[in-house]
Amino acid sequence: MQKSQLQSSEKKIPHPIEFGAYSEHVPGQIPSALKYATGRFMEQRAACLDELPEWEALRQAGSAIRLHTLENLDFYLEKLDQQVIAAGGQVHWAKDAADACEIVLELARQHAVKRAVKVKSMATEEIGLNHALQEVGIEVVETDLGEYIIQLMGTGPSHIVAPAVHLKKEQIAEVFSQEFGIEAPTDPVELTAIARRVLREKFLAADLGISGANFLVAETGTLVIVTNEGNGRMCTTLPDVHVAVAGIDKVVPDWESLSVLLKLLPRSGAGQKISVYTSFITGPRRAKDEHGPSEFHLVLLDNGRSRILQDPGGRETLKCIRCGSCLNICPVYRNVGGYAYGWCISGPIGAIFTPQILGVQQAGELPFASSLCGACDEVCPVRVPITDILLHLRRRVAEGDAYEPAVVATPLRAAAALGRQALGTGWLYRLGGRLLPWLQIPWLRAGWLYKLPPPLNRWTKVRPLPAFRAHFRNWWKRRHQVSTGDQP
Amino acid sequence: MKAQLFITCLAEQFFPGVLEKMVVLLEKLGVEPVFPAEQTCCGQPLFNSGFQEQARQLAIKWLDTFSQSDLPVVSPSGSCVDMVRHHYPALFPPGTPEHSRAMDLASRTFEFSEFLVHQLGQIDVGAVFPHRVTYHASCHLLRGLGVRQEPLQLLQAVHGLELLPLEGAETCCGFGGVFSVVYPEVSRAMLQDKVNHILDSGAEAVVACDAGCLMNIAGGLRRVGSPVRAMHLIEVLASGLNSD
Repeated sequence: MQKSQLQSSEKKIPHPIEFGAYSEHVPGQIPSALKYATGRFMEQRAACLDELPEWEALRQAGSAIRLHTLENLDFYLEKLDQQVIAAGGQVHWAKDAADACEIVLELARQHAVKRAVKVKSMATEEIGLNHALQEVGIEVVETDLGEYIIQLMGTGPSHIVAPAVHLKKEQIAEVFSQEFGIEAPTDPVELTAIARRVLREKFLAADLGISGANFLVAETGTLVIVTNEGNGRMCTTLPDVHVAVAGIDKVVPDWESLSVLLKLLPRSGAGQKISVYTSFITGPRRAKDEHGPSEFHLVLLDNGRSRILQDPGGRETLKCIRCGSCLNICPVYRNVGGYAYGWCISGPIGAIFTPQILGVQQAGELPFASSLCGACDEVCPVRVPITDILLHLRRRVAEGDAYEPAVVATPLRAAAALGRQALGTGWLYRLGGRLLPWLQIPWLRAGWLYKLPPPLNRWTKVRPLPAFRAHFRNWWKRRHQVSTGDQP
Repeated sequence: MKAQLFITCLAEQFFPGVLEKMVVLLEKLGVEPVFPAEQTCCGQPLFNSGFQEQARQLAIKWLDTFSQSDLPVVSPSGSCVDMVRHHYPALFPPGTPEHSRAMDLASRTFEFSEFLVHQLGQIDVGAVFPHRVTYHASCHLLRGLGVRQEPLQLLQAVHGLELLPLEGAETCCGFGGVFSVVYPEVSRAMLQDKVNHILDSGAEAVVACDAGCLMNIAGGLRRVGSPVRAMHLIEVLASGLNSD
């Protein structure tokens, strides 16, 4: 099961995502690797924010910019389209994943592409582009170090910013040893040097460069890529053709808006004031340019985003700038890792994005994969109301709404109705309070309940339950026997 | 001053001692508690499970019960107050009578520590608790209601109490209502982290302001055989008071 879930982003998912089944067997090294790495991200983020007293104002501005853009998405997309073309690029509109893959495949055919290099991109994970290209015999090489490692392992990213964050250096050394037939050391610097040597050859040999986009500036038709390794620059300048695949939600109105978002993104994600490389790409190589591709193509991907846009309760999901801070702070994510979420986008943002893209039939478990603690809401740099959207989607799962029918089984729905009766009928509720202290006796030991029968064993398998002892009402009555204070 | 007690279903079933001490403490501070006996559950478990229609029925019952009086409402649970304050108004369309009742009650329903600090202006209630204590910030109290400092202020004013820092004090303990039984293994992992941090803190007691977190944390401590007590803030504040 694990293997198929790991590869899920590469293919159409045949079964519903099973967060629960996965979470029962999380490999022990995942939480320990994650807690270390995400803990460092959060520490660095905190240090960055300490130097920026206007952080909350920036968040507010970022949120407003994103919301304004979404509310006027048609206008900004049209402007982007015009400006990309004016800069000499070409724009392709993709309705869904299959459509987007076909556009890239067609471009690859036109240019007789044999080898492609890629910048890390969640949009291409979402559409399963690597798989589509490999099926027609094109070599695809991921060039972000983390993404390269997981590509060698044949899995997908476990984090939207740091794809191999769940691995320890010993595991990476093992992968390199197997792949390159060497005795790879566990020193990160040496491991990086090995990857660098291999990737250098790939960059030079590639005839297609594929990227995603962190942002698309409508004003000038500029593609913005944020990286730390410089691989983004290599992929988008060395090969003769550059194809960028980006969700329609990636557009920003102008450079002023971009400057706000570029302050928010690296600080939130890895706790950097600025990423090592921020690349601005406007069209293909111009006549005077020495380097750069001769063609620049932008594939704008909908894949359900315009449907999300129509739903006021889910719309703000699209404000997300994919910084990863909601993953880094999430106690659920930190304990289960990204693969539990069954699709390329994991963590709290995955728990709200995936069910809206794939539908609750397939991803209905995900909105429940949260304790609703709200830590993600507090760190989100563009104030995506993640908890509210989780609740909105839980309702979709349980009751259905204007967008999708309910998926909850009838017995559970009956149980909810029963629960409401028991909790909402005064005499029944009070009767329960009187009976439970008697009913619990067979399981009672020193004031605690151990090993209760199903379904309550789902509680007691983790920790004992305090005994039922609803005697406040009696206490209150005794205390107020002479007064009339028991009724308002 | 009078106040209506919203005892919450979890505290009623599992922590009657906390409720009794809440009554005693309020009386000592000059508040006459009133107990609307028709109250049951606020509906949060159903709401959080996605059954909003069922939750709405319970919300109506709750509003019926507490709108019979104009008195403020005080509760020993941040999470239940968050339900009333933030989710009730959203359950009813603006303009409906239920919506206005929900808005009215949202504005006068308080969690115990914020009631003490902001409504009564009380920080030092005269409690004596000569022990090492650490504080777990319950999620909905902290991030839902924005109550961050109040419980700490109240604890710091307790005579003899030594307040110790808790690593990850603001991280969820893994309760999460239905979450704890839907995904018990994840809940277990989160609880283990919490329990380990509590044990590392060197405290004799961990204090929280929510029955849900307390059930979970107390159970987690029990499970590892720790003598550390999980206590409601009210139990600490009622310590050493010469009444009852």
